[in-house]
Amino acid sequence: MAAAVELEGVNVTFGDFVAVKDANLTIEPGEFFSFLGPSGCGKTTLLRTISGFIEPTRGTVRIGGADMKGIGPNKRPTALIFQNLALFPMMTVAENIGYGLRVRGVPRHERDEKVKNLLIQVALAEHGHKKVSELSGGQKQRVAIARALAVEPSVLLLDEPLSALDLKLRQHMRAELRAIQKRVGITFIYITHDQGEALTMSDRIAVMNAGVIEQVGDGRAVYAEPRTPFVAAFVGENNQIRGRITARDGAMATLDTPLGTLSGRNPVALDVGQEALLFVRPEAMQLRANGTTVGFAGETLDVAYEGSVTHVTLRVKTGQKVMASLGGNPGLALPTPGEHLHLGFRPEDALLLARPERH
Amino acid sequence: MKPGPFQRVMFALYAAVFFLYLLGPLAVMAVSAFNTPQYPQVWPIEGVTLDWFSALFADQDMMTGLKMSLWIGLLVVCISVPIGLAGAIIMTQIQPRVRSLYYLVVVSPVLTPGIIIGISTVVFWRQFTGQTGTRFLYDGVVLTVLGQASFISAYCMLIILARLQRFDRSQEEAALDLGASYPQVFRHILLPFLKPALASAAILAFLSSFENYNTTTFAILSDKTLTTVLAGRVRQGSTPAISALAVVIVAVTIIGAIAYEIAKRRTDAAAARRQRAALEAEEAELSGTPAAAMG
Amino acid sequence: MSGSLAFVFGLPLAVVVFFFGLAAYERRTGVATGGGFFQRNGLPIGLYLVLAVGFWAFFIILLPQLAMVDMSFRPKLPPSQMGGPKDLYTLENYRYFLFGSTTSTEEWNWLHIKAFFLTIGVSIVITLINFAICYPLAFHMAQSATAARLRVLLLLLILPYWVNEILRAFAFRVLLSSGGIINQMLMGGGLTSEPIDFLGADVGLYMGLSYAYLLMMIFPLYNAIESLDTNQVEAARDLGAPWWHIHAFIVLPHAKPGIASGCTLVFMLTAGALAAPLVLGGPRTLWFTPIVYDRFYQAFNWPQGAAYAFILLVSCILFVLVVLKAFRLSLGEITR
Repeated sequence: MAAAVELEGVNVTFGDFVAVKDANLTIEPGEFFSFLGPSGCGKTTLLRTISGFIEPTRGTVRIGGADMKGIGPNKRPTALIFQNLALFPMMTVAENIGYGLRVRGVPRHERDEKVKNLLIQVALAEHGHKKVSELSGGQKQRVAIARALAVEPSVLLLDEPLSALDLKLRQHMRAELRAIQKRVGITFIYITHDQGEALTMSDRIAVMNAGVIEQVGDGRAVYAEPRTPFVAAFVGENNQIRGRITARDGAMATLDTPLGTLSGRNPVALDVGQEALLFVRPEAMQLRANGTTVGFAGETLDVAYEGSVTHVTLRVKTGQKVMASLGGNPGLALPTPGEHLHLGFRPEDALLLARPERH
Repeated sequence: MKPGPFQRVMFALYAAVFFLYLLGPLAVMAVSAFNTPQYPQVWPIEGVTLDWFSALFADQDMMTGLKMSLWIGLLVVCISVPIGLAGAIIMTQIQPRVRSLYYLVVVSPVLTPGIIIGISTVVFWRQFTGQTGTRFLYDGVVLTVLGQASFISAYCMLIILARLQRFDRSQEEAALDLGASYPQVFRHILLPFLKPALASAAILAFLSSFENYNTTTFAILSDKTLTTVLAGRVRQGSTPAISALAVVIVAVTIIGAIAYEIAKRRTDAAAARRQRAALEAEEAELSGTPAAAMG
Repeated sequence: MSGSLAFVFGLPLAVVVFFFGLAAYERRTGVATGGGFFQRNGLPIGLYLVLAVGFWAFFIILLPQLAMVDMSFRPKLPPSQMGGPKDLYTLENYRYFLFGSTTSTEEWNWLHIKAFFLTIGVSIVITLINFAICYPLAFHMAQSATAARLRVLLLLLILPYWVNEILRAFAFRVLLSSGGIINQMLMGGGLTSEPIDFLGADVGLYMGLSYAYLLMMIFPLYNAIESLDTNQVEAARDLGAPWWHIHAFIVLPHAKPGIASGCTLVFMLTAGALAAPLVLGGPRTLWFTPIVYDRFYQAFNWPQGAAYAFILLVSCILFVLVVLKAFRLSLGEITR
């Protein structure tokens, strides 16, 4: 079976600006795939390239094995859910959902039947005759989904569709989207800058930065095994310390930092003498007794008690801030602001990555 | 700080004088339409009569001119609205570096004195139809429609452009993405969105055409419209029948304005009702009633 | 004259070709994004757009203007001799405007020159008066009127303008004629024993002209002042700025483009007005447009009429451009 979407050396440039650089990717049929990255990283451009609104400057986009070169958005087997939903205000809910069928020349009775089914599926059976402006945010969301599904696309593209919703509703919709995807079984390509959304919903995630796909993997891989400093810093909270590798020991390495010698895993096989960054997640931090050498020592700036977890901010001697999320051990004595504190971590929980060269 | 009582009185006085200036002449003229003397007279009222209205409707030239004006107005609407629409769409798509030149060209008729538009239309089409053997086009109605279309199309374009600039491009893209062809997007999405502006443009085009004199007087050649007949009558001398015509026009306008107001109130009320429904749905959703759950 | 026909069809073609050449160039160099014009609109719609706008821009706007200018440089000839050996470019029509008929005893064509300068001068004065009349109301509408009152004001303003220009001028005739209500009031009040000849003294004409285009002043002003943040005015008031200071240093500078566009419109329309002079002008009234009109329909000298029309158009445009320059405004700003 052909891949749902294949990108081969895709480049998109606007004048001098490189929006997408050399994207190579294969998305499998039935996969829930997310592009995660900050705004302006090129993820929306890539989505619009897949849906056909932008022709790649170089490279090939294949959908279901077929080259999409020269095929307009209205001829591709994709459907896009826009960030602002782009529902048609002059049409009723039912007309919106049936629009794709109408322009395909599907006979009216067949169309009505299908729209009715979709309305039931998205729990809007009673609302078909209403104008879009009479609906709530969540209802509009479901109309947009039904409208896109009506044309039976092989790939559904979603451009941050939840960003306009209330927080509580957003979490509810995540589960719903995932459920719909499981039910209809088609490929979903989802664009978001919200790592929570990407991690909870996706089978796989592509993390993008400045037009480049930095890493592709499942949620656990991009969170626990980031391969670039950008991914390590962007996905989840992370502390980073600069240094130089001084020794290698199998999968581990030691580096010299302004805060002393620290060790961590060395997945990208950095060599002795290389500039590196050490990443430690706040939740990997532990309180240590005074006098411990491995770790961070400094003045407590802020303590935020959250019940199950307490967030502590420390200022170390270089002036850098270090964050720790301490587990809710009931017996744990909480530090107080101003107090001198020692934090440590297990070297297996720290990660060494090459420091990007400065331009 | 609120304006003081002195300032308020001054402003009220000024506003009263302003509207007296604006509406007074018309009111005076209207009164003279019902007064019996041969010459339009306001005071003394020598007797109330509707004779001048019957005189107006019995005036064959006026009635022929009226028919011609209505006919030309319709033709101008049919030409200017599509041209204005095309002009507005091109304006949003044209390369930035030629946009200001394009704007200058198509808006220039608004600033050009009507008499000059009339003259140039006649001069050009007399030559053009002569040289291309299309003399039948050298006709008062055709030239008047073309002459008026030059600036009325610009009015239409400005009205449509104002709405087009608020058009959400993702609407167009959504329709394309769902498989619509370009003409379908135009018909199903863009035109319905522009409908209110197209309607205003059509009304304005018709009224501007109907009341135009400066361009028409040249372009109409040997034919006659209501305004050119009227100009002839007014130059011959004053009669209350002319005042009667003004009364009819004002009456029609006021009725139109009231009808518009009623229609607008209705659509406003419908929009408000929809918004209330949306708010209620929103609240229901956030409080987690089953309506928000999905099957 | 097949040369001019080639021009008539060649010019639009050349411009369209240039336009698409530019589009292709910009696409290749990557400034523009997205597909080409026809790709973006589809072929049928794209053709409609190009043809409609092309017809408008060339056959309704540009070519007629050029034809008028062209004619103004030709001699008056019977139709049989047009395009013949006598049909040469000449400045005769412009010479006539300045010096009059070659058989005239006067050194200059005073009648026409006077009418011309009077028209320009009176148009300027009327423009300024209209600005003064409209500014307070526009300010009130834009800054302090409630929505309901605004609607009523707008209706009252627009209502008189659905009545056509001729009738509006006629209303002033009824008002100001020797037996009109103004004279009756003046005589009734004992202010004058004889009716005053307002129309003969051109008072009626000037009032009618001012009245005719009042609306063209008030709307640009209103739009410009409306975009001014009310808080700015409030803040200045709180700081104790006197009212004239607020207007001179906050409102007027902000509304400059609107003032310029209102003034330009009123000036151009007044200078080019034909209805009011025809209806309200006396036999001795000097106004330039009726003279132009007479070139066509009294003297039957079309080339001369075209020259006069062109003189009027160019002078008005030059005047407007000079004034805009003086106020450091671009044409683009005021037409927005």
